[in-house]
Amino acid sequence: MGRYVIRRLLQAIPVLLGTTFLIFAIVYALPGDPLQALAGEKRVDPVFAAALREQFHLNDPLIVRYGYYVRDILSGNFGTTFRGLPVSTIFEGKFQVTFQLAITALIFEAIIGIGLGLWAALRRGKWEDKGILAVTLLMVSIPTLVSGFVLQLVLGVQLKRNTGIDFFPVAGIQDGLRSYLLPGFVLAMLSIAYLTRLTRTSLMETLRADYVRTAIAKGMPRRRVLGRHALRNSLIPLVTYLGADLGTLMGGAVITETIFNLPGIGQQLFQSVYLRENSVVVGIVTVLVLIYIVANLVVDLLYAVLDPRIRYE
Amino acid sequence: MSNPSIDTHPLEAEATTEPLLVVDNLHVEFTTRQGLVRAVNGVSYTVNAGESLAVLGESGSGKSVTAQAIMGILDMPPARIPKGEVRFRGTDMLKLSDQARSQIRGQRIAMIFQDALSALNPVFTVGWQISEMFRVHRGMSKRDGMRKAVELMDRVRIPAAKNRVNDYPHQFSGGMRQRIMIAMSIALDPEVLIADEPTTALDVTVQAQIMDLLAELQRESNMGLILITHDLGVVADVADKIAVMYAGRIVEHAPVHDLYKTPAHPYSKGLLDSIPRVDMKGQELYAIKGLPPNLLDMPSGCAFHPRCPYRRDNCVTDVPPLYEISGTRGSACHYYREVLDGTLG
Repeated sequence: MGRYVIRRLLQAIPVLLGTTFLIFAIVYALPGDPLQALAGEKRVDPVFAAALREQFHLNDPLIVRYGYYVRDILSGNFGTTFRGLPVSTIFEGKFQVTFQLAITALIFEAIIGIGLGLWAALRRGKWEDKGILAVTLLMVSIPTLVSGFVLQLVLGVQLKRNTGIDFFPVAGIQDGLRSYLLPGFVLAMLSIAYLTRLTRTSLMETLRADYVRTAIAKGMPRRRVLGRHALRNSLIPLVTYLGADLGTLMGGAVITETIFNLPGIGQQLFQSVYLRENSVVVGIVTVLVLIYIVANLVVDLLYAVLDPRIRYE
Repeated sequence: MSNPSIDTHPLEAEATTEPLLVVDNLHVEFTTRQGLVRAVNGVSYTVNAGESLAVLGESGSGKSVTAQAIMGILDMPPARIPKGEVRFRGTDMLKLSDQARSQIRGQRIAMIFQDALSALNPVFTVGWQISEMFRVHRGMSKRDGMRKAVELMDRVRIPAAKNRVNDYPHQFSGGMRQRIMIAMSIALDPEVLIADEPTTALDVTVQAQIMDLLAELQRESNMGLILITHDLGVVADVADKIAVMYAGRIVEHAPVHDLYKTPAHPYSKGLLDSIPRVDMKGQELYAIKGLPPNLLDMPSGCAFHPRCPYRRDNCVTDVPPLYEISGTRGSACHYYREVLDGTLG
């Protein structure tokens, strides 16, 4: 088990190098001059520009620049922006915001998605099932950009105006955990729909399994058949999905954070791409990839807990 | 549907005391997209305490569906039981409430399934699954339940039961897994045990061991045993009587040795002739021609007529009732006398 974890972490190294190099190559391949972006419309002093180019190794070939970057990362240095700020100070508190948002979304997703999915599976073919399927289809079809603004308006602005109570803050993080409720839900919507359908299929499949029939033949009460014999088995694919989704949620928070003005990593990523702050972009992606890898490792380990047929040596 | 269902006589109607388990004129149908499938059409059989009945038939003959109807584990819908009774100690279980039913299921009538690997839950230890019977039905503590599980595993002769009680099903061999399944089914000393093709997934030497074990357990506890199989070879030593099913009906029932010696239905005869025998080495093995009928589109008259080497004109038009040959034998063939005498064909 311990050896397995170590092996998996070692395998993460080439993945991390590959993904960071890709993103590194892509951001520097973007057309336009990052130094010109600093100055906007104004002309950049050539001497100043040459000095900056030297400082940021912009004249070196891509692979050499990447080498400098990796060296810095290994010494815990994410580099500095073209404006001279250390990238790590830009990160300060931002990953926390995004992580909190993603976790809120993940909790919504797990509770609502699994709950609706189980309900639909147990009421298979009845109107509840059909209704839930229709709702999930709707959730998949509406882009975050639309659902975000609509929910912000209806549950945030209008509800507050009509009742006088601020149930769901619509922007910022001044209200603590409560600030994350509405954006968390918006971020989770797509995943809720997928998870609902996955749960429904998974439970329906398990209910047809021979061992469920055995449990019934043993005279077990229906609740026990469902809650002990079927549920545990149908949870296995759901855990995989949830784990992998944590990474997706963190990376996918760009639009949600922008709509709800949350000072998180997504908003920062958006701004940095816009301002051509390449070192920030690469830094954020590196951390996201790392989170993704760790989340997948945790999922694989959880797998072994849920399914005794899986053992890691 | 061209054949009306014919009510067959209850097999032992004149018996003074009601047998342990009576299946009486049972009908089961399934609603499918293609139409109504009549999987079981008026099946009747009885099992007494200490008696074993082998139910023989090809896949699709309705033998497993009958067993599932007895256990009450059919999915309803799509299944439906429009007619018939399943009487256990005189009460028709089909009329009982779900709750009353689950008091019988597993405790007084238990079942063993074909493929123990898929029939056992992969995520719980075998000890957990056996002891669940004691915990749920007898309110025992976890520890006592586990102790009972070890006893049962010893009883079905699993070596080093104490060390293996915390293993998972996939860690056992096929034969051992079926023993676990058996241990689980006999946990609460059921009065009737239904074994649905218990040895089909196993290799031949293991098959014999499992059959011996079942026979021994039955003798010890005087259970009624219903052994469902498509393999005539495995039943001879264990069964007292045989019911042969074809297309949802019983076509012949008889004490086991009578049927082996002189089958009274062309289908039973065909099954017996298709058993490989050492003295027939080198000769081509007999096979019943054709395929089992499509339950959605049953042949007219006798369902077996398209495959029957002895077919006569009225076989195509008249559905044969289950003719009584003697008190203990019956055959659903118009020409059972000729089949018995060997003068047909």
